[in-house]
Amino acid sequence: MTDFRVKSRGRVNTDKPVKFTFDDQIYEGFEGDTVASALLADGVHLMGRSFKYHRPRGVVTASSEEPNALIGTTRGRGRFEPNTRATMQEIYPGLKTESQNKWPSLKFDLGAINDRLYMLFSAGFYYKTFMWPRSFWDSVYEPFIRKAAGLGKAPTHVDPDNYASRYLHCDVLVVGSGPSGIAAALAAGRAGSKVVLVDENSEMGGTLLSEPTVSIDGQPAWSWLEGAMRELDRLSNVRLMTRTTAIGYYHQNMIGLVQKLTDHLGDVPEGAPRERMWRVRAHEVVLAQGAIERPMVFHGNDTPGVMMAGAAQTFLNRFGVLVGKEPVVLTSHDSAWYSAFDMADAGAKVVAIVDTRDDVPQDLQDQAKTRGIKTYLGYTATGTKGRLRVKALRVNPVRDGKVGAAHLLPCDAVLVCGGWTPSLHLFSHTKGSLEWDAEAKVYLPGYKTEAVHIAGAGRGLWGIASALEDGTRAGADAVRSLGSKAGTATYAVTNDRTGTGITQKELPTDRSPGKAKAFVDFQNDVTAKDIRLAVREGMKSIEHVKRYTTNGMATDQGKLSNMNGLTIAADALNKEAPQVGLTTFRPPYTPTTFGAFAGYHKGAHFEVTRKTPIDAWAEEHGAEFEPVALWRRALFFPQAGEDMHKAVARECKATRKSLGIFDASTLGKIEVSGPDAVEFMNRMYTNPWTKLGVGRCRYGLLLGEDGFIRDDGVIGRIRDDLFHVTTTTGGAARVLNMMEDYLQTEWPELKVWLTSTTEEWATIALNGPNARKLLEPFVEGADISADAMPHMSVAECTVAGFRSRLFRISFTGELGFEINVPARYGKALWEKLWEAGQKYDICPYGTETMHVLRAEKGFIIVGQDTDGTMTPQDAGIGWAIGKKKLDFVGKRSLDRPDLVAPGRKQLVGLLTDDPKVVLTEGAQIVDDPKQAKTMKMIGHVTSSYWSETLGRSIAMAVVEGGIERMNDTLHIPTEKGDAVTAKVTGTVFYDPAGDRLKVE
Amino acid sequence: MADAVSAVGGAEFRGAVTVREVGPTGMITLRGDLGSDAVAKAVKAATGLGAVPGEREIGLDGDKGAAWMSPDELLILVPYAEAEKAVTAMEKAPGKAHALVVNVSDARAHFRISGAGVREVLAKGAPVDLSPDAFGAGTIRRSRVGQVAAAFWLSDTDCFDLVCFRSVGEYMFTWLSTAGAKDSLPGYLS
Repeated sequence: MTDFRVKSRGRVNTDKPVKFTFDDQIYEGFEGDTVASALLADGVHLMGRSFKYHRPRGVVTASSEEPNALIGTTRGRGRFEPNTRATMQEIYPGLKTESQNKWPSLKFDLGAINDRLYMLFSAGFYYKTFMWPRSFWDSVYEPFIRKAAGLGKAPTHVDPDNYASRYLHCDVLVVGSGPSGIAAALAAGRAGSKVVLVDENSEMGGTLLSEPTVSIDGQPAWSWLEGAMRELDRLSNVRLMTRTTAIGYYHQNMIGLVQKLTDHLGDVPEGAPRERMWRVRAHEVVLAQGAIERPMVFHGNDTPGVMMAGAAQTFLNRFGVLVGKEPVVLTSHDSAWYSAFDMADAGAKVVAIVDTRDDVPQDLQDQAKTRGIKTYLGYTATGTKGRLRVKALRVNPVRDGKVGAAHLLPCDAVLVCGGWTPSLHLFSHTKGSLEWDAEAKVYLPGYKTEAVHIAGAGRGLWGIASALEDGTRAGADAVRSLGSKAGTATYAVTNDRTGTGITQKELPTDRSPGKAKAFVDFQNDVTAKDIRLAVREGMKSIEHVKRYTTNGMATDQGKLSNMNGLTIAADALNKEAPQVGLTTFRPPYTPTTFGAFAGYHKGAHFEVTRKTPIDAWAEEHGAEFEPVALWRRALFFPQAGEDMHKAVARECKATRKSLGIFDASTLGKIEVSGPDAVEFMNRMYTNPWTKLGVGRCRYGLLLGEDGFIRDDGVIGRIRDDLFHVTTTTGGAARVLNMMEDYLQTEWPELKVWLTSTTEEWATIALNGPNARKLLEPFVEGADISADAMPHMSVAECTVAGFRSRLFRISFTGELGFEINVPARYGKALWEKLWEAGQKYDICPYGTETMHVLRAEKGFIIVGQDTDGTMTPQDAGIGWAIGKKKLDFVGKRSLDRPDLVAPGRKQLVGLLTDDPKVVLTEGAQIVDDPKQAKTMKMIGHVTSSYWSETLGRSIAMAVVEGGIERMNDTLHIPTEKGDAVTAKVTGTVFYDPAGDRLKVE
Repeated sequence: MADAVSAVGGAEFRGAVTVREVGPTGMITLRGDLGSDAVAKAVKAATGLGAVPGEREIGLDGDKGAAWMSPDELLILVPYAEAEKAVTAMEKAPGKAHALVVNVSDARAHFRISGAGVREVLAKGAPVDLSPDAFGAGTIRRSRVGQVAAAFWLSDTDCFDLVCFRSVGEYMFTWLSTAGAKDSLPGYLS
């Protein structure tokens, strides 16, 4: 079977045969082969079906820009990888691969019916076809498109592999290890810079691997390469990384590298990461990514066996594989002539070299003649024969712009070259400008936004000698930019293959252009005709042409198709290419696994979970938890057989009857300290603070500049110049930032310092008529009797021997204390209180009971009962505004006409007519449930609970003009189609006089 | 001290490196004008150190130290039992400038990560140049590790001390244990 292998060529290890499967058939290649090279060695070109028309497709490149030979690889459950480039996947013993987008088989695919329905699938097909009737979108079109869309199968199991992640800092990062990259790395490495040289291939060398006949400094290219790599390897300041793709270039020389670690291994070490994402911060970057060969656009150019000439050269020289025994070369660039020569020298019978140019260097023509290769100059190609494999190329002379008579050149491969596009994708990520070189008809790097140097073919240079020279220059430039001295190096190159070529639109033809299937984008099945149709239908910018035709929108981002598409669009518009524009390249350079991006952010590390010092106790006691901001908080503590409803009812009852204990450690805490602390508080919060005595505390309300409620919390005055501020759990960081912002930028004259003490204190709330009885024996250094420590007081003391800030406050309406102790003693104090509290039937309660108890008292929760558009008046807490204060954040906005206008949504209570019905939080409220849809909604329910204490449901809601509508009946439509009726009330449902606080 | 519970209960992990939660550490936040006499005297009073650390510097003397946290903030390190005493000493230190002194010894978890590959482990999660020539003794960085804020410094050869907020101590410990797993270091910085 292996009759396409040339054992005298290539760098694969012919002593080590490797068996693998493709579509369940066993193939044998050698160590060092890719799936593509091993299949080609067996004469297999057909490797996939196209996206839209399911046309048979063969491999066209030897590298990562491959649009056709996309395969699935699998290593068992969860380890299926679609859309792997067969040209990049190295073979290993036991590798399992499969072709994609075919049914039932690669050679006979029913989806190819689309190819016959070609007229239906032209440019803008989706836009035109799926517009009408509208009702068909959900039921017919969308499911159909979903089913048909996409290449390859999505994996269905959790990926069991590990992915690693690393930051890396270096002086010079060199991307690409062809001659210019190696020369740059040598220049910088010899100068002592910390250098990282990366290449996406398994082996370094780039073009040198495909051009062994060149000699450098008197040595054959491969010997020179070996020596250069040995030198780089020995330099301790140089790191070499293969199988490593630079996927994106971000601000300030941050480059993402993805290193494949195990995809080439037959035996994967247990637990080894599959890929490692390197986030590199480089002082200087050298981009030496070479150039990408362009296909030629003609009818039948996608037939398997038609491929890039440079790829054929690589398959021959790097892998020892002839892609065909009787190839025809079709080109507009000198480089393909050398590919033909290499093929001929390796034993292929090159049928002909067809060049679209009239003038070709005599030297090349002579070399062709010596090898007995026929040449056709000034010819066009107008079609191919063969369906699953090319059998002949149809060529015609072009004389004075007229296409002459056709004749067929029988062949088993067509090697094309439509010129070379400098590979500037990463440079494009930096938003560096690309400037049109009108003579070479290529985009070249213009002004730069980063510390980046482009070297070699990326600057439109051609040949090994100029690549080495330019790489040396780029490396030295990088070294000098670092402030170091760069040495010099020159390389003597003989047998170099320099050359030029031209760029062109689709090739001239003698056939009806309407019937030509001349592909521009192989991966998305876009033809030259599609692009011209898009222009005819009014697309003038290449960005519009791209989206209308999907040219360049496949996973290869148009690496092969963009320039051909642009050239054809420009021709159709009768403009120069730069006037039509250039689409933007975006990261990643090649498709990248989600695993590489996720890295360690999975499983236990997926998201941070903050835990309080008392969390472990709650877990031991069977708490159900809920996430609040990043915190994990106990939601309720179910006893045997209880659901949430029953548990919460019991917790509420126990707290109101005797005593509840609650972990409030997540509340934000901020220390506000300094001679101007009181002035600062006056300016930040709406309330007056000047007269608040030491040892007293007050509810504080914080607004934004817009007058809307931002946060609230109880604030205690510890000393004259020291406030202990509490914030909501979610608002802790935000409030501190806001305070720092004002302090540093608006009021730098204030002598105030702030710091967060959220994590320093564990906070335990005791609530219930027996709270003082339990606490009193533990307290030293403060008198907490009702007279000495009235409601809204704070004291520094010890509790159970622990340093403490003790607040007498209540968020339940019961007698309440909040005890702050250093975090590491939080659990110990909780356990002591728990033990001593048994005689009061102490009940631990969670956030749900806390919510119910506060709602019974009408206390708001910022962010639940307010939504960022509510003023203190809207929320019914206008009393918290210091009326005599000259200023505070948001004061001016409170007088704006809109904020005092009637009809604003205001917070009210709602009591359902049927006391057993608990409204749904978020439900919309209407005046008349019988009105036609869409109904006029006048507000919504913000909080709603079953109140065990009251034996009925309670709710809070925001309602237009709500405060003026007491006792009105409103309607809350339900999803069942009926509506619940409820009366507007005040928000305090329980103990409005506050008698329960007055426990002696 | 039987009642004291640290963030992860003194847990230890041994892999490519050793990760251990350090016992209670006295930590004091000092905010003020770092160039002022008052701050210099407060630092001296608490730690005995004669100099206020400069940008991204940490001064260490036995179990005491002072670390730069921001242009107007220092972290003072003392034995846990001496923290309250040190706060008092700092507040009483002579000087005119106003400064904030707060005992935050319980606000943080404190880890020690040691072993030959320790720089590699931190480089997995912190966007910091951890090569020996860029990060030596006397350097402190406030940065992040994985998804959480952290500060770390070299406390010995191949040994880093790291502090983060207490509530994320468990996340930090498991993260460091994953990053420090056996055979998981690419060997770039060693």
